[in-house]
Amino acid sequence: MYRQDAGGIVLDKNRKISWLIKPALFALALVPLAILIHRGIDNDLGANPVETINRFTGDWVLRFLLITLAITPLRRLSGWNVLLRFRRMAGLFAFFYVSLHFLSYAWLDQSFVLADIGKDVAKRPYITVGFACFLMLMPLAATSTQGMIRRLGARRWQRLHRLVYLIGIGGIVHFLWLVKSDITQPLIYGAILALLLGFRLRDWARSRAARAPVVAETAR
Amino acid sequence: MFVIRKPTDVKSSEITSVAVYRDRRRFLREAVAAATAGVAASLLPAVGEAGQKLLNVQRWPYSTDEKPTPIASVTGYNNFYEFGTDKSDPVRYAQNFRTFPWTMIVEGEVKKPAAYHIEDLLKHHPLQERIYRLRCVEAWSMVVPWVGFPLRDLLQRVAPNSRAKYVEFTTLYDPGQMPGQRPGLLGSGLDWPYVEGLRLDEAMHPLTLLAVGLYGEVLPNQNGAPIRLVVPWKYGFKSIKSIVKIRLVEKQPLTTWMKASPREYGFYSNVNPNVDHPRWSQASERRIGEDALFSPKRKTLMFNGYADQVASLYGGMDLKKYF
Repeated sequence: MYRQDAGGIVLDKNRKISWLIKPALFALALVPLAILIHRGIDNDLGANPVETINRFTGDWVLRFLLITLAITPLRRLSGWNVLLRFRRMAGLFAFFYVSLHFLSYAWLDQSFVLADIGKDVAKRPYITVGFACFLMLMPLAATSTQGMIRRLGARRWQRLHRLVYLIGIGGIVHFLWLVKSDITQPLIYGAILALLLGFRLRDWARSRAARAPVVAETAR
Repeated sequence: MFVIRKPTDVKSSEITSVAVYRDRRRFLREAVAAATAGVAASLLPAVGEAGQKLLNVQRWPYSTDEKPTPIASVTGYNNFYEFGTDKSDPVRYAQNFRTFPWTMIVEGEVKKPAAYHIEDLLKHHPLQERIYRLRCVEAWSMVVPWVGFPLRDLLQRVAPNSRAKYVEFTTLYDPGQMPGQRPGLLGSGLDWPYVEGLRLDEAMHPLTLLAVGLYGEVLPNQNGAPIRLVVPWKYGFKSIKSIVKIRLVEKQPLTTWMKASPREYGFYSNVNPNVDHPRWSQASERRIGEDALFSPKRKTLMFNGYADQVASLYGGMDLKKYF
């Protein structure tokens, strides 16, 4: 890379992110899948492999959702604006793992019998919620490109993508309603989500408070 | 990152070595205690530790001819919340569980209440191997070669009186040994001790078994040692483990799962493909250790395939209401 002016340094940083850090994180995000495949080949999926695969992929959906939702608070607290550049990838990996999660349910558990899947979605609240979250993630994944942001306009795009808060809550409810009696794990995920959403709520309340006198002034 | 280390991450080789190691210490401790008491000889148990071969086991002619589930799955995939709610918890945390000496009380509406030492039960009741299907409420199933004796033989010994209508079973309560029973935010959310129940005629049914072994060997701790119930036409949670008390009563007992969620768990809990659990369809099931990853689930049979033997117990009953 030639350094022609002071801007070259910025260019170098950009290059480093797009050619080094992003691919590294991409590979890292595929590690859970690699582990799952390895366990499958090793015949190490336990007595109930279908359940293991379903739980494993479901865990990673929640983890990637939380990682995605953690980026904005972390950026604010640390001042590292660069974090924002990995948010889309984290979100898309949440979508990737939710697709595997749904596929493991529809294929391995239900053998693609649509009538049974439909009955499950309609009758079992935890599946209803989980399926709704899967559906809501689809438009977010589909509009994740720069082109779509431009086409929708930043404000409308942002409004649409606030759905992720609802999806996060839905994901925790899905998990909470699934377990029989031991709610420890859903509570841990739920506490982290509450923290991340609470941060935004505080931010939002502060910015409103900051704006409020101005609004009052103009009203008078 | 939110990597939570799961029990499945622990290699089975680790578990065994630690268990054996601790077991040795316990053995030494007890041996010393026994020697000082001068009763070392009496400590050599008639009942062995898990894995010891059971002798003089008779063949029972009515066993299912379905393929028994591999022993690794039967002993490694367990719901025994006293030792943790993950299916791999019991095999890890039950290894040091003390099942000897063990006394089981049979009392309540009986003419001859008694406390039985486990070794006395084994001496008195001839053992049979019975291969039963086991259907869990979570829509999976196994085929298990149990070793045991009919519960009715024991109930007849204590002679139920005319007020005895139901039988209430209780599991050991010992939070020191059973980590799942310890209180706290991270508990399992169940009310201990675990209680189950049967109607007296269900308890007296010849299929209802008290099991003390599986695969010809002393019951592994994680499977409910030293003595557990097996009711093959009901969901697995009815087959209570590590029993310390059997009480004959007049009123229908309130079972642990009914207490936890009455909408989901009824007293009867007969295997019934037509009555769904709110969270699972009960129409089909996955056979553990046998069904391949891509094979569809198999149809669940009414009363888990024991309808010919037990349907008459429920003549005229609305099984949707009495689920």
